[in-house]
Amino acid sequence: MRGPVRSEDNNGPGFPAPVTADIRLSVNGDEHPVTVDTRETLLDTLREHLGLTGAKKGCDHGQCGACTVLVDGRRAKACLTLTVTVDDREITTVEGLARDGVPHPLQAAFVEQDAFQCGYCTPGQLCSAVGMLAEFAAGWPSSVTLGAVSPGAVAPGVEGRPPLCDDEIRERMSGNLCRCGAYPNIVAAIRQVAP
Amino acid sequence: MRPFAYQRATDVPSAVAAGTGQAMYLGGGTNLVDLMRLGVATPEVLVDVTRVPFDTIEETPGGGLLIGAGVRNSDLAAHPLVLRNYPMLAQAVVAGGSGQIRNMATVAGNLLQRTRCSYFQDITKPCNKRVPGSGCPAREGDHRNLAILGHSEACVATHPSDMAVPLAALGAVVNVESSGGPRAIPMPGFHRLPGDAPERDTLLRPGDLVTAVELPALPFAARSRYRKVRDRASFAFAVVSVAAALDVADGVVRDCRIALGGVAHVPWRAERAEAALRGAPATAEEFARAAEAELAQASPLPRNAFKVPLARNVLVRTLLDLTAREDLTAAGDTGETS
Amino acid sequence: MTTVAMPNVGSALDRVDALEKVTGRARYAYENFPADLAYAVPVQATIAKGEISAVDVDAVLQLPGVIAAIWHANAPRLAPRNGDPELAVLQSSRVAYRGQYVAVVVAETLESASEAARVLRVRYDADEHDVELRPGHPGLYRPDHVNPYFPTDTEQGDPDAALAAARVVVDATYSTPAEHNNPMEPHATVAVWDAEGLTVYDSTQGASNIRDTLAPLFGLPPGSVRVISPHVGGGFGAKARAHPHVALAALAAKQVGRPVKLAVTRQQMFAVTGYRTPTIQRVRLGADADGRLTAIVHEAIEQSSTVSEFAEQTAVPTRMMYAAPNRRTTHRLVRLDVPTPSWMRAPGEAPGMYALESAMDELAIACRIDPIELRIRNEPDVDPESGRPFSSRNLVACLREGARRFGWAGRDPEPGIRREGGLLVGTGVAASVFPVYRMPSQATARAEPDGGFTVRIAAADIGTGARTVLTQIAADALDAPMDRVRVEIGDSALPPAWVAGGSAGTASWGTAVVRACEALMDVLHGRAGDVPPEGLEASADTTQEVRAQRRFAQHAFGAQFAEVAVDMDTGEARVRRLLGVFAAGRILNPKTARSQLIGGMTMGLSMALLEESVMDQEFGDYLNHDFAQYHIAASADVRDIDAVWIEEDDPGLNPMGSKGIGEIGIVGTAAAIANAVHHATGVRVRDLPIRLDKLVHGVI
Repeated sequence: MRGPVRSEDNNGPGFPAPVTADIRLSVNGDEHPVTVDTRETLLDTLREHLGLTGAKKGCDHGQCGACTVLVDGRRAKACLTLTVTVDDREITTVEGLARDGVPHPLQAAFVEQDAFQCGYCTPGQLCSAVGMLAEFAAGWPSSVTLGAVSPGAVAPGVEGRPPLCDDEIRERMSGNLCRCGAYPNIVAAIRQVAP
Repeated sequence: MRPFAYQRATDVPSAVAAGTGQAMYLGGGTNLVDLMRLGVATPEVLVDVTRVPFDTIEETPGGGLLIGAGVRNSDLAAHPLVLRNYPMLAQAVVAGGSGQIRNMATVAGNLLQRTRCSYFQDITKPCNKRVPGSGCPAREGDHRNLAILGHSEACVATHPSDMAVPLAALGAVVNVESSGGPRAIPMPGFHRLPGDAPERDTLLRPGDLVTAVELPALPFAARSRYRKVRDRASFAFAVVSVAAALDVADGVVRDCRIALGGVAHVPWRAERAEAALRGAPATAEEFARAAEAELAQASPLPRNAFKVPLARNVLVRTLLDLTAREDLTAAGDTGETS
Repeated sequence: MTTVAMPNVGSALDRVDALEKVTGRARYAYENFPADLAYAVPVQATIAKGEISAVDVDAVLQLPGVIAAIWHANAPRLAPRNGDPELAVLQSSRVAYRGQYVAVVVAETLESASEAARVLRVRYDADEHDVELRPGHPGLYRPDHVNPYFPTDTEQGDPDAALAAARVVVDATYSTPAEHNNPMEPHATVAVWDAEGLTVYDSTQGASNIRDTLAPLFGLPPGSVRVISPHVGGGFGAKARAHPHVALAALAAKQVGRPVKLAVTRQQMFAVTGYRTPTIQRVRLGADADGRLTAIVHEAIEQSSTVSEFAEQTAVPTRMMYAAPNRRTTHRLVRLDVPTPSWMRAPGEAPGMYALESAMDELAIACRIDPIELRIRNEPDVDPESGRPFSSRNLVACLREGARRFGWAGRDPEPGIRREGGLLVGTGVAASVFPVYRMPSQATARAEPDGGFTVRIAAADIGTGARTVLTQIAADALDAPMDRVRVEIGDSALPPAWVAGGSAGTASWGTAVVRACEALMDVLHGRAGDVPPEGLEASADTTQEVRAQRRFAQHAFGAQFAEVAVDMDTGEARVRRLLGVFAAGRILNPKTARSQLIGGMTMGLSMALLEESVMDQEFGDYLNHDFAQYHIAASADVRDIDAVWIEEDDPGLNPMGSKGIGEIGIVGTAAAIANAVHHATGVRVRDLPIRLDKLVHGVI
């Protein structure tokens, strides 16, 4: 027999007051002084307080990638990042990818290849692709790198630098879900831009 | 999410000093922030340990590796010594999560991941792991992805980590710091079976801080691989996984290390299979016999019985691949469909 | 009707809103920030059936930042007279399914509102619930009709006698699980009340429809409600009607006297935003030795909630796919203590064609006939049940073109014999179909004094490319370059339009746009092209035109080809190749059309291999309610995939000559993959999804 689950089973006694912190947040090169609730995620700070709604909330649990931003150049999930933890980091969002009003080459490639439909996962796809290309250039392996995927493909081992084949792109971009099914066009757009 | 105070530690002593009472340590946050958002974790204080300088990987005098607790998954998998000496570890790491998750997640956080059992993650339902004594609906309910080995009446959860599986196979040692001083806890054994206290995943005590994971020198682990079986082709937890290292000479297994993932409350070291293999011919028949020896202990539930033949097949296939291929020093063929 | 000559239409143009979407400037519903806004977070029932006895509102009102906690005892009354009973939020103490809204908390911040919702104590008197769809359920009944207005049952000839006399019989039961639409943008509503009435920024497939639903609910004339929805992050049917959160947001905003933002969480979406009903389908095919069908029987059972009836048209495509003198289709429904199902991409066709096209594959094997040839032999001359001629029917052409492109010729039908290392490889084919609809809409076209044009219609672009295609259509109708034409959509203040649903958006809206532009051109010609300073405007209402159209049997058709590889050790099935060939009238923008067709096929792949919402019998909810547990296809699942089409000239459709393409891509995909899995392994999976646990025993 099991007893009913009560809300206090999941909660200590009493209702503690919110805790806030005054921090400076660096986003796309701009410093933003903000007072944040310690519970606030980077995603909610960007969207609700800084007016940067490019990063999207698709699941709020790190399971879809729509919130992907770059933290010190590395792609990360803004929905699982507490804002209070990144006051000394440099954040880049989709709004910061263009330079002097000129779209990033990936943004242009996404347009050309029709690499989106509803557009909701797109900012996350773009930030993820920027980070992914840097990871690949740095020689980081993926499941594809470490395992021959197609018959006849050569397992590259530690030293070899494989080309960024479509299987690599697919594997490395699989943390960004797209319900519209734009995957092949996203792969094509990234391939077009990849060195 | 319950309100909490935030503290940032800059070294191990300050972290341990802050990690008292209802405090929890925050690493990459990929699991803890998720659980806080779900209401499953309700710390009063969050001690951010991401600035603690335990984010390096060093070769030990004995030829092993000392991996800092704060090393990110991405950095671990890209490290040349990991790729060369422990390929199954690199393969396991890149098989887990996604690029974004791997950039955030840490070694310690990986070991301390909590189960992905649906009931554990839903605070409106009973779960002995979350609320001791409330019951386990998974046993009668949905348990397709849950344990077939070592579970108890109280809990049939599985440990979700990929990284922990090769660590268990390797017999890694977890270094822990606490107000009572340092100690070292070897794997397997760091994680515990649920028994009648499934709320405790590991041997850690409140306030304990994982500072590093030490890999022993194991030259034959340079020939090792991790095979992960999953429903989705990427970005999915293992249904079953195998980490295996094999030392074969003259057609005979001199030594081996094998662990299974996705089958138990712990990364499951396949000791019976290892014992059956040592000294045996490196043949498909013996591999099958070893797998049977291990899985004879399985007690599957109605909707996860498929994991028994699945684990057997994957174990045999992984061992066969390790013996069949000469070019597998650093890379495993994960098969076209994996 | 003649098809208008159109230079822009038919061109592979970039989306007109592409730059907005890749720069993050495109604004979705939750991204609106009216002054003084507050955050609303709903609370869901934790029982599947019973009564709410108490809600401890006072405790959470003491939490910092909490403005209100609303439940049926303190909620404003709504007037859901003849409307959808799901929208009567917080109007009664009754709980009809787990996850139904029982309260909503409003607070100054999202964090405070979420926490207050989490700790709000709700007490219930729970009743026993029944959430299991099963054959022989005593509650099964015959609904009056099936979605949207099809007869529930049909019968011709004597199918039972024909089956008894048939040389070859296939008698198989197929099941499909509950599936959730899961657009990437969770449903969200921002509700603002002012002296004029109610404004909502909503993520919807039809602003006019939401306005017409909300106005009577709050006792307002339609003109006092405005729904704004310029960008929508996907819908796939889930946003084609107002779900209860829309009413809840408006109710909460009214109660607190401030603008309120409410986003349904991904987890909550599994209970309150609709889903595809699970189905259990028995299909019986009788044929002669040459594979010519003598009987087709397709009987489906499905579920709905106790709140409202949604009866999906699962067996309806079987009424027109193949010729057979004796035939029957039936639908039976059971009302369970479950969330209310609704539309999900190709309701009816997607699960129904999985069953029918799997059965056709089984028949081909039983008759030792190539599955493409079997379908060709059973091609009807006219719609078999209505007797109407098809306005165009190019299924056979799609099958033949697909066979050529895919390399079907010489395929050995023997299952389970193609090995590549540790893999078993196979190929499969299935037919695809989706009906052609067109619904009344209105539009205006304006000539601006600067030489530009503005076309207005309350259409929706949920990712389909509607904004782009309507701009192409308007430019051609106005004989103007694309960049001189501005199309405004996504706002109920614009001329009312049909929802983005039923694959009928472009046909419905495009007709209205063409007629408005034609009317404007007439005016312009009458003035010799002179545009006064205030501009010139003309409008169109297609109600008469749509009602008057000749009643052909109108459908788009397609053929889906799949190649799969199944790991012999693990049973992991992966799709190596997927090809869809479609006949869908005139393709208005090959670039966006290809994307949309591939998107549908990708969802079909996902349906075939991954998707299943698991009902928890004990608690009565879909327990795998997130993206870690409810898998949709990721990039790595989608490899060599392509969609092509054959030229099809069907002038009887609409001024563009187009058929809808939003849904046909998903239809037949699951069957093609299931048929390929059988070809690869010899295992016939008759219950989706085809996960490894269903293959690991059979393959080894």
